[in-house]
This record gives sequence, structure tokens and C-alpha cells, in this order.
Amino acid sequence: MALLAHIPDPEIPVISLTDLGIIREIRDGPPPILVITPTYTGCPASIAINASIRMALDGAGLADVQIKTELSPPWTTDWISESGRQALLAYGIAPPEPRAARLARQDEAPATCPQCGSHATAEISRFGSTPCKALWRCLDCAEPFDRFKCI
Amino acid sequence: MTVALATSLGDDALILGQRLAEWCGHAPTLEVDLALANIGLDLLGQAQFFLGAAGAAEGQGRDADTLAYRRREDEFRNCLLVEQPNGDFARTIARQFLFSTWQALLFPDLAQSAAPAIAAIAQKAAKEVAYHARFAAEWVVRLGDGTSESHRRMADGLAWCWRFTDELFMDDTAKFRPEWDSHINATLTQAGLATPKPVRGITGGRHGRHTEHLGHILSALQYLQRVYPDATW
Repeated sequence: MALLAHIPDPEIPVISLTDLGIIREIRDGPPPILVITPTYTGCPASIAINASIRMALDGAGLADVQIKTELSPPWTTDWISESGRQALLAYGIAPPEPRAARLARQDEAPATCPQCGSHATAEISRFGSTPCKALWRCLDCAEPFDRFKCI
Repeated sequence: MTVALATSLGDDALILGQRLAEWCGHAPTLEVDLALANIGLDLLGQAQFFLGAAGAAEGQGRDADTLAYRRREDEFRNCLLVEQPNGDFARTIARQFLFSTWQALLFPDLAQSAAPAIAAIAQKAAKEVAYHARFAAEWVVRLGDGTSESHRRMADGLAWCWRFTDELFMDDTAKFRPEWDSHINATLTQAGLATPKPVRGITGGRHGRHTEHLGHILSALQYLQRVYPDATW
């Protein structure tokens, strides 16, 4: 796990794979199996993530560990760690709101602008630069920013 | 059972994903371009998992790529709606609205009822599909309730796609029709659009009898693997 905490997400390098919550478990072998889960089914980063995990494992002399992808239960943005959320915000990406809060409401709550901290923000497009993000803008400082979609 | 269901779900996603990819670089605005490409990407991801599950259940050693790239037109089991040409933006939205609304009802049900391999994919994809359905419904309202031109185009797009909707509710999926009708009608009412008049439905995709469009899609989709079998890069 400590090894994986140093592998950055290929699209958002400030957050590690463990912070992102896509490392599900390590099952004792033989052979030992590292179970991971994709964020979005079609996320192109999945291939790069698998490759970087493989390289890290091989580099640490753990070539016998197999990587397995499991879908159920499906990944949720609630699995992003608190340190991961802070890293996203510092990087300029508004972190997702908790899923329970999101489901209790029809529309998403305004995001906090990662630039100026204002809560006066509005969605520009529900689909942003990667599958996991939506495009928002700040009504006060007028900066556009990415927001992690809550799923 | 698992093979047939996973194949039809995978083919739906693969073919519609390919159709949406045709919009890349051509959509009316940058945001819409990103949205259609993103939805296409989600569908491609679904296709990879569903066809992977179909190949595993079949046990003949075929993986998702083999099924996508090496099957003939009459071996595809997608519904006819998803292979229809993009038309104008309104017709693409109509197709997406009708299809994603259907998927959004189907997947939560499959997550509970289907074989474990399919249920896991459906449970995962249900979250994405909810976004697709909402995106499409919002555009139906925007176009229907927009200018007289956008209203006319939206009505035309819906009328054109309507003949392919009966196929979504054959056999096991017939039970979703009432709820689908009520979702569709609620959005159309909000958009100031009339429900299209009933037409005789065209079916056959689930049995491999396709419209002339599928062959053209496959000629682009399968070209590389047909000309250079097992090519990698």
C-alpha cells in the first residue's frame, strides 16, 4: 500500500491512486492479487494506471503480484480520501460533495471556487476535460475551473 | 442467456459510442463536443466490459476486441436505434434521449436481477447513464422550448427516431415501457413538444437483421483489424 501511495493518477498527478480510492484490496496468494476498480468504465487513464502499477510492483521486486479489476461495488467519489480532497482543491479542482448530500438534492450544490474561495459558482458544462470532471466557473473572480463530479 | 444479454448490451454501447465519436470536432459548441465525446467514451467502456463478459461466458476464447472487430454485421445484436445516422444535432439528441432514458431504467434493474458478471457492470454503468439521460433531456427541453427552428428540428428528430423505440421493449424489457413513457412524456411536456404519433415499429437488430447503416459503421470500426489482423501499437 505504501508503494501505491506514491503512484500519481496519470491525469491528475497531485493525487495518488490510494487517495483516489481505486485500490480495493490486496489478497494473499499465491499468487497475491492486487484488486483495483475503475473510476469510469471508459476512462482512458485505466490503461496508464495499470501500467504504472505494474512498473511499480516490478520495480519493487513484486513481479508475482497479479492485478485484477473488479467493478462491484462500483467506485464512488466518497472513496477519495480527505488528503486527496485537499490536494485537488490546492491544484485548482473543486472536490466532489459527499454522495449522500448530492442525492438528497435535485441539483448539485454550488462548488467552492478553488481560486478565490467564493461560493457564487455556476456549472458551464456537466462534461469536462476528463470523464470524472465537470466544467464550472466562478461568478465572483470569473475564473473557470474543473469540479470532480459526484458519483 | 448471459452471452445473449451481454452481447446485445455490449453491441448497443459499442455502436452508439462509435456514432457519438463521429461528432468529435464537429459539435455545435466546445462544451457539447466534450459532452458527446465523454458519453461516447463511457459507452465504449461499457462495451468493453459487456463484450468481455459475453466472451468469457461463451468460453470460446474470444475477448472484447475479437467480438468487436471480428464479427460480421449479422452477428451484431444491437438495437436499430443506436446505429441510425447522427443526422443534425437535434436528431442525435433525440436518439440519446430515447436510448439513455431506457438504459437508465434497465441498468438499476439488471444490477439486482442479472447474472453476477452483468449485474456488476450494470451497477457501475447506472451512475454514468443517469448523467447521459439528464444531459439529453436538458437539451430536448432547450431545443424544444427554444426558437421555432430548434423546435421544428427537435420534433423532426424525435419523430424520425420513434419508429425504432418498440424494439427497446421486446421480451424481458417490455415491463419498462410504462415508466419509460412517463419519463419521456414528462420531458416532452416541459419542452413544449408533442409525443410523436404511434408508428409501426421497425425491429430486427436483436436478431442480427440490421438497417443498411451498420455495415458502414463496421467498415470504419473494423477496418484496421480486418486489413492488418492482430495489429498492435
